[in-house]
Amino acid sequence: MYRQLFARELFNDLDRFQREMSSLFEATAGRGVARGGYPALNVGLSPEAVEVHAFAPGLDPATIGVDLDRGVLSLSGERVSPLAAKPSATEGDGEAAAQPAASVASAGKTIVHQRERFAGKFRRVVSLPDDIDPEQVIASYKDGVLRVRVKRRPAPQPRRIDIH
Amino acid sequence: MSTTAVHTPATDAATVSASTSATASTQAARRRDDYAIQPAVDVIEDAQGLTLFADLPGVPREQLQLRVDQDRLVIEAEMQLDLPAGLAAGHVEVSRQFYRRAFTLSKELDADQISAELNHGVLRVRIPKAAHVQPRKIDVKLS
Repeated sequence: MYRQLFARELFNDLDRFQREMSSLFEATAGRGVARGGYPALNVGLSPEAVEVHAFAPGLDPATIGVDLDRGVLSLSGERVSPLAAKPSATEGDGEAAAQPAASVASAGKTIVHQRERFAGKFRRVVSLPDDIDPEQVIASYKDGVLRVRVKRRPAPQPRRIDIH
Repeated sequence: MSTTAVHTPATDAATVSASTSATASTQAARRRDDYAIQPAVDVIEDAQGLTLFADLPGVPREQLQLRVDQDRLVIEAEMQLDLPAGLAAGHVEVSRQFYRRAFTLSKELDADQISAELNHGVLRVRIPKAAHVQPRKIDVKLS
Protein backbone atom coordinates (compact mmCIF):
# COMPACT_ATOMS: atom_id res chain seq x y z
CA MET A 1 0.00 0.00 0.00
CA TYR A 2 2.77 2.37 0.86
CA ARG A 3 4.43 1.44 -2.40
CA GLN A 4 1.30 2.52 -4.25
CA LEU A 5 0.95 5.75 -2.33
CA PHE A 6 4.41 6.97 -2.92
CA ALA A 7 4.97 5.40 -6.31
CA ARG A 8 7.71 7.09 -8.18
CA GLU A 9 6.50 9.48 -10.82
CA LEU A 10 9.64 10.26 -12.64
CA PHE A 11 9.04 13.57 -14.27
CA ASN A 12 6.89 15.31 -11.72
CA ASP A 13 7.87 18.97 -11.45
CA LEU A 14 8.27 18.90 -7.71
CA ASP A 15 10.48 15.84 -7.88
CA ARG A 16 12.75 17.27 -10.55
CA PHE A 17 13.11 20.53 -8.68
CA GLN A 18 13.91 18.65 -5.47
CA ARG A 19 16.67 16.71 -7.19
CA GLU A 20 18.20 19.95 -8.42
CA MET A 21 18.00 21.43 -4.94
CA SER A 22 19.57 18.29 -3.48
CA SER A 23 22.56 18.53 -5.75
CA LEU A 24 23.09 22.15 -4.75
CA PHE A 25 23.19 21.22 -1.09
CA GLU A 26 25.03 17.92 -1.39
CA ALA A 27 28.21 19.37 0.05
CA THR A 28 26.56 20.26 3.37
CA ALA A 29 24.64 17.05 3.76
CA GLY A 30 27.61 14.93 4.72
CA ARG A 31 28.09 11.26 4.04
CA GLY A 32 24.78 9.51 3.95
CA VAL A 33 23.02 6.48 2.62
CA ALA A 34 20.05 7.99 0.80
CA ARG A 35 20.45 10.30 -2.15
CA GLY A 36 20.91 13.76 -0.73
CA GLY A 37 22.12 12.23 2.52
CA TYR A 38 20.51 11.98 5.91
CA PRO A 39 17.65 12.28 6.44
CA ALA A 40 15.79 10.71 3.52
CA LEU A 41 12.79 12.76 2.41
CA ASN A 42 9.37 12.00 1.01
CA VAL A 43 7.13 14.81 -0.16
CA GLY A 44 3.46 14.30 -0.92
CA LEU A 45 0.75 16.62 -2.15
CA SER A 46 -2.95 16.64 -1.39
CA PRO A 47 -5.40 19.35 -2.42
CA GLU A 48 -5.29 20.79 1.12
CA ALA A 49 -1.64 20.52 2.07
CA VAL A 50 1.93 19.56 1.33
CA GLU A 51 3.27 16.75 3.52
CA VAL A 52 7.00 16.39 4.06
CA HIS A 53 8.38 13.34 5.87
CA ALA A 54 12.02 13.31 6.94
CA PHE A 55 13.25 9.91 8.11
CA ALA A 56 15.48 11.14 10.92
CA PRO A 57 15.66 8.74 13.84
CA GLY A 58 17.60 9.39 17.01
CA LEU A 59 17.18 13.15 17.28
CA ASP A 60 16.49 15.22 20.34
CA PRO A 61 13.23 16.95 19.30
CA ALA A 62 14.31 20.19 20.97
CA THR A 63 17.24 20.50 18.58
CA ILE A 64 15.36 20.06 15.30
CA GLY A 65 15.10 23.21 13.18
CA VAL A 66 12.14 23.72 10.85
CA ASP A 67 12.28 27.01 8.95
CA LEU A 68 10.15 28.39 6.17
CA ASP A 69 11.49 31.29 4.15
CA ARG A 70 9.93 32.50 0.92
CA GLY A 71 8.51 29.12 0.04
CA VAL A 72 11.62 27.14 0.91
CA LEU A 73 11.27 24.72 3.81
CA SER A 74 14.52 23.97 5.62
CA LEU A 75 14.96 21.02 8.00
CA SER A 76 18.10 21.02 10.10
CA GLY A 77 19.61 19.50 13.20
CA GLU A 78 22.34 17.32 14.50
CA ARG A 79 22.43 13.60 15.14
CA VAL A 80 24.80 12.67 17.91
CA SER A 81 26.32 9.23 17.65
CA PRO A 82 26.69 7.04 20.71
CA LEU A 83 30.06 6.20 19.25
CA ALA A 84 31.34 9.74 19.61
CA ALA A 85 35.02 9.23 20.11
CA LYS A 86 37.13 11.22 22.47
CA PRO A 87 40.86 10.85 22.75
CA SER A 88 41.57 8.53 25.65
CA ALA A 89 44.32 6.15 26.59
CA THR A 90 42.84 2.88 25.52
CA GLU A 91 44.92 0.06 24.19
CA GLY A 92 43.69 -2.45 21.72
CA ASP A 93 42.75 -2.51 18.10
CA GLY A 94 39.44 -0.73 18.23
CA GLU A 95 38.00 2.75 18.47
CA ALA A 96 37.43 4.14 21.92
CA ALA A 97 33.91 5.05 22.93
CA ALA A 98 34.93 7.12 25.90
CA GLN A 99 31.89 9.27 26.60
CA PRO A 100 30.55 8.22 29.97
CA ALA A 101 27.13 9.50 29.00
CA ALA A 102 27.02 7.28 25.94
CA SER A 103 24.89 4.22 26.20
CA VAL A 104 27.82 1.92 25.54
CA ALA A 105 29.78 0.28 28.32
CA SER A 106 33.13 1.88 28.10
CA ALA A 107 35.13 -0.08 30.63
CA GLY A 108 38.17 -1.39 28.87
CA LYS A 109 38.58 -1.56 25.14
CA THR A 110 35.79 -1.55 22.60
CA ILE A 111 35.71 -2.73 19.01
CA VAL A 112 33.48 -1.11 16.44
CA HIS A 113 32.35 -3.86 14.07
CA GLN A 114 30.05 -1.77 11.97
CA ARG A 115 29.40 1.91 11.64
CA GLU A 116 26.77 2.70 9.03
CA ARG A 117 24.51 5.24 10.71
CA PHE A 118 24.89 8.87 9.92
CA ALA A 119 26.19 11.19 12.65
CA GLY A 120 26.66 14.91 12.55
CA LYS A 121 24.87 18.03 11.38
CA PHE A 122 22.42 17.96 8.53
CA ARG A 123 20.22 20.26 6.48
CA ARG A 124 17.68 19.35 3.80
CA VAL A 125 15.57 21.79 1.88
CA VAL A 126 12.30 21.48 0.03
CA SER A 127 10.91 24.04 -2.35
CA LEU A 128 7.17 24.30 -1.80
CA PRO A 129 4.50 25.19 -4.36
CA ASP A 130 3.40 28.83 -4.63
CA ASP A 131 -0.03 28.29 -3.11
CA ILE A 132 1.09 27.33 0.41
CA ASP A 133 0.05 29.34 3.43
CA PRO A 134 3.18 30.08 5.48
CA GLU A 135 1.11 30.70 8.61
CA GLN A 136 -0.26 27.17 8.55
CA VAL A 137 2.70 24.92 9.24
CA ILE A 138 2.52 22.03 11.68
CA ALA A 139 5.58 19.97 12.53
CA SER A 140 5.71 16.84 14.66
CA TYR A 141 8.30 14.20 15.44
CA LYS A 142 7.11 10.65 15.99
CA ASP A 143 9.00 7.34 15.90
CA GLY A 144 11.95 9.10 14.33
CA VAL A 145 10.01 10.66 11.45
CA LEU A 146 9.77 14.43 11.26
CA ARG A 147 6.45 15.30 9.63
CA VAL A 148 5.87 18.79 8.38
CA ARG A 149 2.44 19.64 7.06
CA VAL A 150 1.97 22.92 5.22
CA LYS A 151 -1.57 23.92 4.28
CA ARG A 152 -2.31 25.22 0.85
CA ARG A 153 -4.50 28.23 0.22
CA PRO A 154 -7.78 27.21 -1.36
CA ALA A 155 -7.96 28.10 -5.03
CA PRO A 156 -10.04 31.24 -5.54
CA GLN A 157 -13.50 30.36 -6.73
CA PRO A 158 -14.45 31.73 -10.13
CA ARG A 159 -16.93 34.59 -9.78
CA ARG A 160 -19.44 35.78 -12.23
CA ILE A 161 -19.57 39.54 -12.54
CA ASP A 162 -22.93 41.15 -13.22
CA ILE A 163 -23.21 43.77 -15.89
CA HIS A 164 -25.52 46.64 -15.14
CA MET B 1 8.71 28.00 -9.32
CA SER B 2 5.38 28.01 -11.08
CA THR B 3 2.46 26.48 -9.30
CA THR B 4 2.66 22.77 -9.49
CA ALA B 5 -0.58 21.39 -10.77
CA VAL B 6 -1.89 18.76 -8.40
CA HIS B 7 -0.77 15.60 -10.07
CA THR B 8 -3.82 13.42 -10.39
CA PRO B 9 -2.70 9.87 -9.89
CA ALA B 10 -2.98 7.83 -13.03
CA THR B 11 -4.83 5.17 -11.16
CA ASP B 12 -6.94 5.52 -8.05
CA ALA B 13 -4.79 2.85 -6.49
CA ALA B 14 -2.60 5.72 -5.39
CA THR B 15 -5.30 7.14 -3.14
CA VAL B 16 -4.95 6.18 0.46
CA SER B 17 -7.50 3.90 1.88
CA ALA B 18 -7.28 2.47 5.36
CA SER B 19 -5.27 -0.37 4.02
CA THR B 20 -6.84 -3.63 3.30
CA SER B 21 -4.23 -4.55 0.77
CA ALA B 22 -4.78 -8.15 -0.18
CA THR B 23 -2.71 -10.30 2.15
CA ALA B 24 -1.92 -12.59 -0.76
CA SER B 25 -0.10 -9.84 -2.58
CA THR B 26 1.67 -8.78 0.61
CA GLN B 27 2.88 -12.32 1.15
CA ALA B 28 4.06 -12.58 -2.42
CA ALA B 29 5.85 -9.30 -1.96
CA ARG B 30 7.57 -10.55 1.19
CA ARG B 31 9.22 -13.34 -0.76
CA ARG B 32 11.02 -10.90 -2.99
CA ASP B 33 14.48 -9.97 -1.85
CA ASP B 34 14.00 -6.28 -2.31
CA TYR B 35 10.75 -5.71 -0.49
CA ALA B 36 12.43 -4.63 2.73
CA ILE B 37 14.89 -1.92 3.64
CA GLN B 38 18.02 -3.09 5.40
CA PRO B 39 18.33 -0.64 8.28
CA ALA B 40 21.67 1.05 8.88
CA VAL B 41 23.38 -0.28 12.01
CA ASP B 42 26.23 0.46 14.36
CA VAL B 43 27.66 -2.56 16.17
CA ILE B 44 30.01 -2.16 19.10
CA GLU B 45 31.65 -4.89 21.11
CA ASP B 46 33.07 -4.32 24.56
CA ALA B 47 34.43 -6.67 27.19
CA GLN B 48 30.98 -7.39 28.62
CA GLY B 49 28.95 -7.84 25.47
CA LEU B 50 27.63 -6.46 22.22
CA THR B 51 25.56 -3.33 21.58
CA LEU B 52 23.71 -2.84 18.32
CA PHE B 53 21.94 0.33 17.16
CA ALA B 54 19.57 0.19 14.19
CA ASP B 55 17.80 3.07 12.45
CA LEU B 56 14.12 2.22 12.09
CA PRO B 57 12.35 5.52 11.45
CA GLY B 58 8.58 5.27 11.25
CA VAL B 59 8.34 2.10 13.33
CA PRO B 60 6.22 2.18 16.48
CA ARG B 61 6.84 -0.28 19.31
CA GLU B 62 4.03 -2.64 18.23
CA GLN B 63 5.35 -3.06 14.68
CA LEU B 64 8.80 -4.20 15.74
CA GLN B 65 9.67 -7.88 15.86
CA LEU B 66 12.94 -8.99 17.30
CA ARG B 67 13.77 -12.65 17.52
CA VAL B 68 16.69 -14.93 18.10
CA ASP B 69 16.73 -18.03 15.97
CA GLN B 70 19.54 -20.31 17.16
CA ASP B 71 22.54 -18.12 16.52
CA ARG B 72 20.80 -15.51 14.38
CA LEU B 73 19.29 -12.26 15.48
CA VAL B 74 16.51 -11.14 13.17
CA ILE B 75 15.05 -7.64 13.13
CA GLU B 76 11.78 -7.21 11.28
CA ALA B 77 9.61 -4.13 11.37
CA GLU B 78 6.93 -2.28 9.50
CA MET B 79 6.50 1.47 9.17
CA GLN B 80 3.30 3.06 10.27
CA LEU B 81 2.96 6.56 8.96
CA ASP B 82 -0.77 7.48 9.10
CA LEU B 83 -0.83 9.22 5.76
CA PRO B 84 -3.79 11.47 5.01
CA ALA B 85 -6.26 10.53 2.30
CA GLY B 86 -5.75 11.66 -1.26
CA LEU B 87 -2.00 12.11 -1.04
CA ALA B 88 -0.17 12.18 -4.37
CA ALA B 89 3.55 11.54 -4.68
CA GLY B 90 5.84 14.52 -5.08
CA HIS B 91 9.38 13.48 -4.29
CA VAL B 92 10.10 9.99 -3.01
CA GLU B 93 13.30 8.67 -1.47
CA VAL B 94 11.77 5.99 0.75
CA SER B 95 9.36 3.79 -1.16
CA ARG B 96 9.37 0.60 0.86
CA GLN B 97 7.53 0.12 4.13
CA PHE B 98 9.29 -2.88 5.68
CA TYR B 99 12.62 -3.25 7.41
CA ARG B 100 14.50 -6.52 7.69
CA ARG B 101 18.00 -7.47 8.66
CA ALA B 102 19.60 -10.54 10.22
CA PHE B 103 22.86 -10.96 12.14
CA THR B 104 24.84 -14.01 13.13
CA LEU B 105 25.71 -13.99 16.80
CA SER B 106 29.00 -15.36 17.99
CA LYS B 107 28.96 -18.24 20.46
CA GLU B 108 30.38 -15.94 23.12
CA LEU B 109 27.10 -14.10 23.40
CA ASP B 110 24.35 -15.13 25.76
CA ALA B 111 21.24 -14.58 23.66
CA ASP B 112 18.92 -15.38 26.57
CA GLN B 113 20.02 -12.19 28.25
CA ILE B 114 19.16 -9.98 25.30
CA SER B 115 17.52 -6.65 26.02
CA ALA B 116 16.22 -4.01 23.65
CA GLU B 117 14.66 -0.58 23.60
CA LEU B 118 13.15 1.56 20.87
CA ASN B 119 13.34 5.34 21.11
CA HIS B 120 12.54 7.89 18.41
CA GLY B 121 12.99 5.23 15.75
CA VAL B 122 16.35 3.96 17.03
CA LEU B 123 16.51 0.36 18.22
CA ARG B 124 19.20 -0.40 20.78
CA VAL B 125 19.92 -4.07 21.44
CA ARG B 126 22.26 -5.23 24.17
CA ILE B 127 23.54 -8.80 24.36
CA PRO B 128 25.93 -9.66 27.15
CA LYS B 129 28.68 -12.19 26.70
CA ALA B 130 28.26 -15.52 28.42
CA ALA B 131 29.62 -15.43 31.96
CA HIS B 132 32.36 -17.97 31.34
CA VAL B 133 33.77 -15.84 28.56
CA GLN B 134 34.06 -12.61 30.51
CA PRO B 135 37.51 -11.67 31.69
CA ARG B 136 38.03 -12.84 35.24
CA LYS B 137 40.85 -12.37 37.53
CA ILE B 138 42.08 -15.69 38.86
CA ASP B 139 43.79 -15.75 42.19
CA VAL B 140 46.90 -17.79 42.31
CA LYS B 141 47.59 -19.29 45.65
CA LEU B 142 51.12 -19.91 46.67
CA SER B 143 51.61 -23.26 48.20
